[in-house]
Amino acid sequence: MTDILEDKQYTTLNLGPTHPATHGIFQNVLTLDGEQIIDAEQTIGYIHRAFEKIAERRPYYQITPLTDRLNYCSSPINNIGWHLTVEKLLGIKTTKRIDYMRIILMELARITDHLVCNSVIGVDSGALTGFIYVFQEREKVYEIYEEVSGARLTTNMGRIGGFERDFTPKAVQKIRAFIDHLPKVLVEFEKLLLRNRIFMDRTIGVGPISGERALNYGFTGPNLRAAGVDYDVRVMTPYSSYDDFEFVIPVGTQGDTYDRFCVRQQELWESVKLVRNALENLPEGNFHVDAPQFYLPPKEAVYSKMESLIWHFKIVMGEIDVPVGEVFHSVEGGNGELGFYLVSDGGRTPFRLHFRRPGFIYYQAYPEMIKGGVLSDAILTMSSMNVIAGELDA
Amino acid sequence: MENTYITDLLHKHFSHDILEKETGGDILTVIVTSPVIHDVIRFLKETENMNFNFLTDLCGIHYPDRGLPLGVVYHLHNLSENKRIRVKTFVTVSNPTIPTVTDLFSTANWMERETYDFYGILFEGHPNLKRILNVEYMDFFPMRKEYPLEDPTREDKDDRYFGR
Repeated sequence: MTDILEDKQYTTLNLGPTHPATHGIFQNVLTLDGEQIIDAEQTIGYIHRAFEKIAERRPYYQITPLTDRLNYCSSPINNIGWHLTVEKLLGIKTTKRIDYMRIILMELARITDHLVCNSVIGVDSGALTGFIYVFQEREKVYEIYEEVSGARLTTNMGRIGGFERDFTPKAVQKIRAFIDHLPKVLVEFEKLLLRNRIFMDRTIGVGPISGERALNYGFTGPNLRAAGVDYDVRVMTPYSSYDDFEFVIPVGTQGDTYDRFCVRQQELWESVKLVRNALENLPEGNFHVDAPQFYLPPKEAVYSKMESLIWHFKIVMGEIDVPVGEVFHSVEGGNGELGFYLVSDGGRTPFRLHFRRPGFIYYQAYPEMIKGGVLSDAILTMSSMNVIAGELDA
Repeated sequence: MENTYITDLLHKHFSHDILEKETGGDILTVIVTSPVIHDVIRFLKETENMNFNFLTDLCGIHYPDRGLPLGVVYHLHNLSENKRIRVKTFVTVSNPTIPTVTDLFSTANWMERETYDFYGILFEGHPNLKRILNVEYMDFFPMRKEYPLEDPTREDKDDRYFGR
């Protein structure tokens, strides 16, 4: 047996950069022994767009569209996370209405993110039905985004200090219809996969990671919770009035693909609950803060009121000084702790802005998770980690 | 955990190497000399009662006007007590070398590669220090302040009119 191993030849397989199963543009060079993975090396950076450099020349409110393109499956979380960071630097205190509106949008974004990720795990294990079924629901969330912000994928949601407009009655109606309908879809989706023998055989024990290794690798979000560590930024450091709500943080035990699937699935239910609670208890009040030096005035006011015109001019031309300082703010993104490290020297643009992208950080554990497994399991592991190319490469 | 407790303990162990501490910001910030950065991070991670066992973020920063222009910023998190700390260290452009922390945190691997890629900071002892997001044959470090974002020879755009 041993002398056969001596002159064994391994196969090198390029998985990606443009392979449908990688769900994005990144390459894995796998060393295979038959079907078993011996080693893997990742190459990333194919869609690097130098956001951090671009941000150093952009005024604060123009950085929001850059954050859209990080985790594009849940853009509103990125947008609102950025707004919260700037508000922390400026010392702006938002009203409860803004907070609740943000929670609604962020949880809707989490729902789309998890729906996409979980249904894609189904696709990669050979069950296309669920994917097509839940994509219809994602479409409904995009319609809500469209009603609230005017855009669908890259939402550019809200502004520093609130929103550009209040929820329209149609938006509220659409949100309500969505959360009333989603549970039915989730039940059916879970019937398709959750206790499906084939699905369980394909996912249980696949791509596992221990809680200790996951922490060492900087895992956050559902991937960390699947490994049994109950760290959630929404609970640990509540932002945007998340502490007004009660919700459960689901945790797994094995840290494998099935646990990641189950954690996300449970979080979907919690998000539905959060959206419903926030919508039912949506307080009266203003949808933006009274901070004219940072909040762009409405266009009608710019054309008809002198003060608004002056503020508009001052904001757009960068005449407003921001405080000198540095802040780190993080929010619970769709796939982990999304952090913003912002250094301001008082100028119009950030002196330094660094995005802590959860996907970039936990994707480096991928080789460790797939080593020893088979090729088809590697595909499943990748889709269950929810690696999103836009976030990976920033 | 009080800020003073942490700074006192750090002062006791790394007396002269703790250059500055700032408690006024959002997170307790400590600036240390570059040779001891690994020891400080290990001290924060492994000492009982400190237990900063989660490296949230590691990134570079460039202050072209300072004596030690290139910096590395670490954000550590004590998950059991929900306490964050920011540790900074600065090096010169001519010798931008600091010890790696990849032996303490596996997650530092790509973070340090990214910092090297954009700022040219060399992490001694890193297992695989090469560019990660940029192309391999790039011969400069793009996030340093001397590399402007836009083509400086352009004449049709004057930044002075845009408050920059």
